[in-house]
Amino acid sequence: MPSFIRHPKDFWTGIIFLFVGLAAVIIGRNYVMGTAGKMGPAYFPTVLGGLLALIGVAAVIRSFFRDGEPIGRFAARETLLIISAVVLFGFLIRGAGMVVGVFAIVILSARASQKFKWRAAILLAAGLAGFSVLVFVKLLGLPIPVFGPWFGA
Amino acid sequence: MDLISHLGLGLDTALTLTNLMYCLLGVFLGTAVGVLPGLGPTATIAMLLPATFTLPPISALIMLAGIYYGAQYGGSTTAILVNLPGESSSVVTAIDGYQMARKGHAGKALATAAIASFCAGTVATLLLALFAPPLADLALKFGPAEYFSLMVLGLVASVVLASGSLLNAIGMVILGLLLGLIGSDVNSGAARYTFDLPELADGINFVIVAMGMFGLGEIIRNLEHEETRSMAMKKVSGLMLNKNDFKRILAPIFRGTTLGAALGILPGGGAMLSSFAAYSIEKKISKNSGEFGKGAIEGVAAPEAANNAGAQTSFIPMLTLGIPSNPVMALMIGAMIIQGIQPGPSVMVDQPSLFWGLIVSMWIGNFFLIVLNLPMIGLWVRMIMVPYHHLFPAILMFCAIGVFSLNNSDFDVYLMGLFGLFGYICAKLDAEPAPMLLGFIIGPMMEEYLRRALLLSHSNPLVFFERPISATMLVMAILALAVVLLPSLRKKREEAFKED
Repeated sequence: MPSFIRHPKDFWTGIIFLFVGLAAVIIGRNYVMGTAGKMGPAYFPTVLGGLLALIGVAAVIRSFFRDGEPIGRFAARETLLIISAVVLFGFLIRGAGMVVGVFAIVILSARASQKFKWRAAILLAAGLAGFSVLVFVKLLGLPIPVFGPWFGA
Repeated sequence: MDLISHLGLGLDTALTLTNLMYCLLGVFLGTAVGVLPGLGPTATIAMLLPATFTLPPISALIMLAGIYYGAQYGGSTTAILVNLPGESSSVVTAIDGYQMARKGHAGKALATAAIASFCAGTVATLLLALFAPPLADLALKFGPAEYFSLMVLGLVASVVLASGSLLNAIGMVILGLLLGLIGSDVNSGAARYTFDLPELADGINFVIVAMGMFGLGEIIRNLEHEETRSMAMKKVSGLMLNKNDFKRILAPIFRGTTLGAALGILPGGGAMLSSFAAYSIEKKISKNSGEFGKGAIEGVAAPEAANNAGAQTSFIPMLTLGIPSNPVMALMIGAMIIQGIQPGPSVMVDQPSLFWGLIVSMWIGNFFLIVLNLPMIGLWVRMIMVPYHHLFPAILMFCAIGVFSLNNSDFDVYLMGLFGLFGYICAKLDAEPAPMLLGFIIGPMMEEYLRRALLLSHSNPLVFFERPISATMLVMAILALAVVLLPSLRKKREEAFKED
């Protein structure tokens, strides 16, 4: 981090605001603007996006003058495991079904904990898979297959 | 009398066997999830929301309300027993509640919390019944300009009462408003910000945002530093209060309720602010102020009464104006829209049985809390001790199945992952997700009212200042912002938020 950024949290928050605000304005140019009395789809988001970008700039500038704590450690491993567990579940749920999906999300995400143990995680996954099949598929009747078409069902 | 006939109508609705059952189920589930580590009321409600979509509207709302105050009570239970407040509003309860528990008075502290909550809930329900009709009558006269100004005021107030940087909170609100606009534009049908993805054509479901930001984001943050919960006592006993205890908690409950009911109506951190304020007032005026911080029973009674009264009265703006005052109310509004009910003053007129049934059910739910929770404390204690590394994969799974079941769409699951990542980044940057969720829910409504107001006024922007009610609300919003920006008050505000 360059030394002129004295408030890194505000700096990056500002960058996010600036980025989203500008994106809203730029993408909004594809839509009809209209007038204040007869607003097109672009009007409100363009105004909001402009405001957000301004706030972003203000936050960035302010971060050069105000001291703030550094951003703590970013838990990259934990984040990666949790998010990929969710994505894997989404990928598996239609084709492979509830049981495989639950096993995937539970075991992969459980690895994010320092207290991960294979045996406990498999037991947990088995229990949750049984519960989900019983409650979500059988009892509530969600249209999710227990074992999906990938297994030739 | 109107009030009695209204409450009678509510009783008729709330006392059907089905609705009683859903109320009980909601309170039970809410408490159960609320005592689990790492899940606040917002995440709890978001997680359980999909389960209510198939219910009839009134049952769904009754159950959700039950989940809300069940989760609140569950949060207080963990605050008292393990000194880990599940949510910001029970932070203060933990101070004296945990000290009482350490001295072997855990039962007494829990009973006090339950009784205080019940008394506060009763009074607040009556207030709700009294003040909702006139407020809704007033709101029925609102035109689009008034609604737009009201939303501005609501959003500003939520920002002013949020902790952390004001500028960042305003940014988060606008970010939420923008995200809320994704999808087809109501007026022209044009697809906005959908990146040509058909899955985004109907916009993003609020459950996805709430589960991602509040559910997943929290999980990752909790995993940063895993802690093991330890509890001094294995068994909680001595739930009965004696005469002296009752004498000591009576006045604090009354004061806490008054304060909480008043502050709960305010948008933003109503419940948290009120419990904090109630505690500091008691500490100042109590005869036993020396005991505060060392296990004073008043220190549990007052904030619990305040936070529960605040939780109840926060329904007032939601039910009468359709304006959410906190993220939980934002979720309730989302749930109403999914059920096909347009939140606002017309709910009371068009669906009186739903409106009054919900209000009466809140009182019944508070009653359930007291009769259900104290005897079941053994179960809650066991649930508190569930190790987090077994719990979070289960939470994640429930969130994923819940989000998938919204539209049977795997895209929604991926989107939840994305919001989870964003939620964690926000947490790292101290950017509050609550104002963003409010903005997200309000966004489309706000645009619609702005459009209509300017269309009716022939694009004269001064319309917002020419209509007296609208002008008053905008002036209040500007004043609120100005007051926070005054250097002296700004310092006070920062101090107030520092103590939690």
